[in-house]
Amino acid sequence: MPQSDRDSLWNLVSAAGRLSDRSLSGANAKVALGDLVRGSSLGGRLEELRGRSVLVATRDQLTAALALVELDGVARRVVLCPPDLPGEHVPLVVATAAADALVTDRAGPEAGAPGVGCVVTCSPNITPTEIERSGRFDTEWILLTSGTTGLPKMVVHTLSSLAGPIKSGDTLGSPGVWSTFYDIRRYGGLQIFLRTLLGGGSLVLSDAQESTGDFLIRAGAHGVTHVSGTPSHWRRALMSPLARRIAPQYVRLSGEIADQAILDHLQAFYPEARVAHAFASTEAGVAFVVGDGLAGVPASLMGRRDADVEMKVEDGSLRIRSARTATGYLGSRGEALADADGFVDTGDMLELLGDRYYFVGRRGGIINVGGRKVYPEEVEAVINRHPRVQMSLVKARKSPITGAIVVADVVVRSPAGPSGAPAGAAALESEILDACRRALAPHKVPAAIRLVPSLDVAASGKLARLDA
Amino acid sequence: MMSVRSTIAAQFEQVATEQKKTLAPLSDDLVLLESGLDSLCFAVIVARLEDALGVDPFSAAEDAEFPVTLGDFVRFYEDAAK
Repeated sequence: MPQSDRDSLWNLVSAAGRLSDRSLSGANAKVALGDLVRGSSLGGRLEELRGRSVLVATRDQLTAALALVELDGVARRVVLCPPDLPGEHVPLVVATAAADALVTDRAGPEAGAPGVGCVVTCSPNITPTEIERSGRFDTEWILLTSGTTGLPKMVVHTLSSLAGPIKSGDTLGSPGVWSTFYDIRRYGGLQIFLRTLLGGGSLVLSDAQESTGDFLIRAGAHGVTHVSGTPSHWRRALMSPLARRIAPQYVRLSGEIADQAILDHLQAFYPEARVAHAFASTEAGVAFVVGDGLAGVPASLMGRRDADVEMKVEDGSLRIRSARTATGYLGSRGEALADADGFVDTGDMLELLGDRYYFVGRRGGIINVGGRKVYPEEVEAVINRHPRVQMSLVKARKSPITGAIVVADVVVRSPAGPSGAPAGAAALESEILDACRRALAPHKVPAAIRLVPSLDVAASGKLARLDA
Repeated sequence: MMSVRSTIAAQFEQVATEQKKTLAPLSDDLVLLESGLDSLCFAVIVARLEDALGVDPFSAAEDAEFPVTLGDFVRFYEDAAK
């Protein structure tokens, strides 16, 4: 969609105040916004990217952040490649996004993407330069999220859908020093990045190569005031001897169910902080923030038609409709992101207890391990490849560390041994686990395998999965 | 019967081997986040300790602070198992 009259991110940043006091900091470099708006992180090559579909595939979050500020309004499309995007998925992403340019901070053969000719290097060393910046494209921002088959789903947003939850004057738009345990190439982290830029603050970015302790020291040295992360991130931070290096005024949890224990622990540990938990999904956007210190969601938030975000519970799951919702999926074979009325089914199951709704799990048994989705079918497929396995059921077990972990019930073909258990049970369990470790990311490998005589099969002929 | 301490130590070693992590030498003042184990390893350890010892102090603790060192961690479980 060319010739949009809206402001690009670069224009919005340039027009904001106090630019010389505000910065984006990574583990290895810091860039003042005042320098960024008078120069380029792309070595002055922005014009080559005009109108293109650009993969932003950097190692560092900082270089991605700098590139995004410049590319919005100039590129037709930006694809935010998360750092853990498996190499074998890159060709699919390139093809689906019709990508014809790549922005990277890597050098050498690592820097390429198959079939993408235009490669531009991004660096925190800002080159002073005059560039024609007027926003011409309502740039599509493509976020990747994992799908059923393990292949990425590509979710289409725009700056306006992403910035929808950010209001001037509210807490989240206040000029502070923000930080996040998230990666900004995921929805939760991207929110914090945009809040910082549009709300007048600075941002301290985490780094995948840095320990929790080193990150806390660095965040503390920058005087962070607002910090966000998943409950799993926070539990890990609280286990660090350096957790008191930060003294946040605002602590935000999202991306996983926030239980009462972690809310209480955080409030006790950071007594000065306001502790809030938020719900957002890549597809539906930010739905709500709960700040009363209690787990769950007040039922009064449901069904309000006057709100910016309309929410309802249907067939047990949370449905969301708002201007913050993504436009759709890129390259999906007719898969709809929202229903005919514009509601996104989050697949998150809620249960009403008194006057609050509580999250009880995901439809279809999808497991959230520390903020990362696991589709049970993907793990079952690996387990079922073992010649002695007849069938298996992969499910969640509650974890106070990562919210949930993966466990599996397995039915074995062979006759039982003398004790009633299948012969060679221990050896079989370790063979199955070895196969899982070879084929799956560590968070998808079952923490425990239980050999069971049978599994329930529903009338539909499918494995009976609890929705919790 | 194994003590709480030795059960914990055995789980640390077992999970480190499974997850191909290099485990730091286990001592009471070892900082957990410097043990070489990540959050996923701790999640697995806590689940298996719940099966082995019948307690999950992480879920139960209300006022207690999260353990920082291995010594804290052992006491966390010893107190819960009382």
